[in-house]
Amino acid sequence: MRTVLVSDPSERLLSLEGVRKSYATGEGPVQVLAGVDMNLAPGESLALTGESGSGKSTLLHLAAGLDSADEGRIVVAGHDISQAGDTERARLRRGTVGLVFQQFNLIPSLDVAANLAFQARLAGRHDPEWQAELADALGLTACLHRYPEQLSGGQQQRVAIGRTLAARPRLVLADEPTGNLDEATGDAVMALFLRLVSQTGAGLLMVTHSTRLAGRLHGRLQLSAGRVA
Amino acid sequence: MRVALAALLSHWRRSPLQLAMLLLGLALATALWSGVQAINAEARASYAEAAATLGQDRLARITAQGPIPQETYVDLRRAGWRVSPVIEGRVRIDERRSLRLIGIEPLTLPAPAQQVEFGEGDALLPFLTAPGLIFAAPETLARMEGADLPPLREAQGIPPGTGLIDIGQAQRLLRMEGLVSHLLLDPDAPRPGELPEGLRLVPPDSESDVARLTDSFHLNLTAFGLLSFAVGLFIVHSAIGLAFEQRRPMFRTLRALGVTARTLTGLLLAELVLFALLAGVAGLALGYLVAALLLPDVAATLRGLYGAEVPGTLAFRPGWAAAGLGIALLGTLVSASQSLWRVAHLPLLAPAQPRAWAVASERALLRQAAAAAGLLILAGALLLWGRGVVAAFVLLAALLLGAALLLPVLLAGVLRLAQRAARGPIAQWFWADTRQQLPGLSLALMALLLALAANIGVGTMVSSFRLTFTGWLDQRLAFELYLSAPDQVTADRIADWLEPRAEAVLPIVRAETEVLGQPAQLYGMADHATYRENWPLLAEEPGVWDRLAGGDWALVNEQLARRERLAPGDPIRLPGWEGRIAAIYSDYGNPSAQVILGIDRFFALHPEAERRRYGIRVAPARAEALAEELRAAFDLPDETLIDQASLKGFSLQVFERTFAVTAALNVLTLGVAGLAMFASLMVLSGMRLPQLAPVWAMGLTKARLARLEMLRTLLLASGTLVAALPLGLALAWVLLAVVNVQAFGWRLPMHVFPLDWLTLGALALGAAALAAAVPVRRLARLRPADLLRVFANER
Repeated sequence: MRTVLVSDPSERLLSLEGVRKSYATGEGPVQVLAGVDMNLAPGESLALTGESGSGKSTLLHLAAGLDSADEGRIVVAGHDISQAGDTERARLRRGTVGLVFQQFNLIPSLDVAANLAFQARLAGRHDPEWQAELADALGLTACLHRYPEQLSGGQQQRVAIGRTLAARPRLVLADEPTGNLDEATGDAVMALFLRLVSQTGAGLLMVTHSTRLAGRLHGRLQLSAGRVA
Repeated sequence: MRVALAALLSHWRRSPLQLAMLLLGLALATALWSGVQAINAEARASYAEAAATLGQDRLARITAQGPIPQETYVDLRRAGWRVSPVIEGRVRIDERRSLRLIGIEPLTLPAPAQQVEFGEGDALLPFLTAPGLIFAAPETLARMEGADLPPLREAQGIPPGTGLIDIGQAQRLLRMEGLVSHLLLDPDAPRPGELPEGLRLVPPDSESDVARLTDSFHLNLTAFGLLSFAVGLFIVHSAIGLAFEQRRPMFRTLRALGVTARTLTGLLLAELVLFALLAGVAGLALGYLVAALLLPDVAATLRGLYGAEVPGTLAFRPGWAAAGLGIALLGTLVSASQSLWRVAHLPLLAPAQPRAWAVASERALLRQAAAAAGLLILAGALLLWGRGVVAAFVLLAALLLGAALLLPVLLAGVLRLAQRAARGPIAQWFWADTRQQLPGLSLALMALLLALAANIGVGTMVSSFRLTFTGWLDQRLAFELYLSAPDQVTADRIADWLEPRAEAVLPIVRAETEVLGQPAQLYGMADHATYRENWPLLAEEPGVWDRLAGGDWALVNEQLARRERLAPGDPIRLPGWEGRIAAIYSDYGNPSAQVILGIDRFFALHPEAERRRYGIRVAPARAEALAEELRAAFDLPDETLIDQASLKGFSLQVFERTFAVTAALNVLTLGVAGLAMFASLMVLSGMRLPQLAPVWAMGLTKARLARLEMLRTLLLASGTLVAALPLGLALAWVLLAVVNVQAFGWRLPMHVFPLDWLTLGALALGAAALAAAVPVRRLARLRPADLLRVFANER
């Protein structure tokens, strides 16, 4: 296992301290995260690995402000979101964070061009030239006026990546972005993704099961039973 | 097969709300339809009973133009005619109650007319001797409690609101001593010769006049019931369609595991039949309740408008229940036919994901637009060339259905334009997403459109009718007092007495006649300013009143003019008279043809006509005092003298009751449409998460998403309301200018009431907001974990 890269505290883009999270189930509460500490610097990329149920996705969701922790401190780009309300966390997602999911989660009612522009326009950072560059780099120029349901899985994931990067987020959070694609397509999409993330200078935290993919990032964080192993 | 059925039914266990909506929609549709049918069945049974009273459906009658003197009856008996006298009339009990009395002579009554079993004479003696005995139906007995009448005794088979009594007692109670209404002819006895002049033989009639008169009224009710049923079926269609789409992967799995297409379709059909029967029974119970609640108003309307007696209580008829279950079953199968066809033709190897149910293809919209255009063309053709009440209702159905099908096409177009014009990303997403929701909501919106249009249309018709009717009553009821003297001698004495006390005393004289081969009422009209200034003329020749007074011209009512396509200036012929039409006048509420001649010409044709009825002009402030003096001077019973205000009040009361039923059905239909909206929004809300979660993840709060969801519902409801306005007005126009003319023979001018639209608009938006409130609240209160499941692919 490669060592976890610990960033200089003054340059932290994402910082988690003693983060705990549990979910209520029919059989009582289940602790998913049991005190996680981690840091990520701008431009740094980190793979989040671990067996199923180890809390990878939960950690990613907390970092994105999609959910709130039971305990601990989460700081994103200098903002402590641990106690932040719904509106503040929504503002953070809109302006600072970019999310890429395994399920693509495109907006089915908008065409590819509108999907690509959507988050950038929400963040108030829409740059048509950069979007065109991205569309070209992702091989989407020919299908800008198609709707998500008319695309293949690989194409849909490329649109999802393009949508995230078009907004130039400072922090990119990805949850197994190529998990739904075959190996060859997944490798091609991942290569593009990493190249473009590094081009924007964003920090990247990516959940993956693949050791091979994890090896292509700056560092790796292994979760086990809700703790950093 | 049992395993497959259990798998299919497991869907409903997991979606109880969907099942509840399906059953509720079907139950409501059945309830409104069968409720109306129960009312119609009850009324028709009463008409049949009335037609069979005293065997009138089997016995010929001898009648005259007015009451027959008792001596004529005696002369006929002496001449060998086996006839039995009957007297009919209404006796007023108090302000709110009256009783139709039929006086008979039990000893001469022909066998088929024996209505009451007099037993071993224990009833006959009290029946024949003072104070007499009245036989009546149980509900009539209950209604007459405390009335100042001879003793009442229960008897079956007598129409409601009617009492059977000895003719002598009836003559006394009706103040018609020495008179009979008609004579029943014994069918087994030979006829000794020709009838004396003035008497007429009327053959037996199996259908009462009332049944014929009320046909249009019942057709109106049926049409409303059908509309409510159609609106209810929108919910059913929506729920079934969605359930089928959601179970599509299950269908494929079952097929892949060896269940044949035929078995699968059969199982689904069995499931639907089970639901239809369950909801049908609930619908029948609800329908019975609706009918029981509405029947008193309907009965009052029929009594007021047509003099038809219908009991205010409802009987349970097995035929009605069977028909109700049948229509529930038929409605379910019609609603499910498209889905069943798809299942039967499901390709086994097609992708198993649910079809993009919420995405309407352009082709589907085009098909819908084409169907709508076809229906609207049919409506146009019926407007131009259709004849009769049925054609008028088919025109209404084609117009409503065509417009409903066109609604999603129009809304999709407007949303497309809005999306193009949108600037910000949220606005752009909002319009695009609304467009995507449209197919899922379109059935509910169509139901809302129909309910709103029916509301606007019927509301406009009723308000136009009320406005016209009130103005017309002011014109027609121009006399301050109306007198019906008990006999000619009293009438003459009263006329002389009134001469110095009133501004004018004008006779109202009437005879039966025949015009263009149909029976008609003939009136004689005095030449007086009261008529010249007030009579409601629709079309006229110049100098109409002078022409009428001259004797060679006549006035005809609108019904007759429309039926026979008559216009002012056209020739017209009556028995013994030939002339031209001077004018056409409005005559609302009267189903018969009517002709008016100048009073001199009238008496030249009908010298026998009695002058017992008068219209009295007097200063309005003096009217009440004069009436009191008149009653005191001649010992007149209350009903002989009616003042204008009471008559107007009574007419307006009848009018309001007539439309009370319509208003109730209107509100119920709107309620069903609101429920359809609620059902669709609730069902869709469960499917919305994958569409909303990404937008939430990208930085829109749940509260904002909830607000946008509410705004979307309100915008769609507003769009539907805007579309409902012209449709409602078109509906009102068809009701006023086509249905009314075909059903009743008169046409009403249309008035618009924008304030009513504002009220309805607020009500509709309120209903839409209420329907959206639960799903929106649910969205605003979603836990992040619920939304995160979308990303974790755990749904």
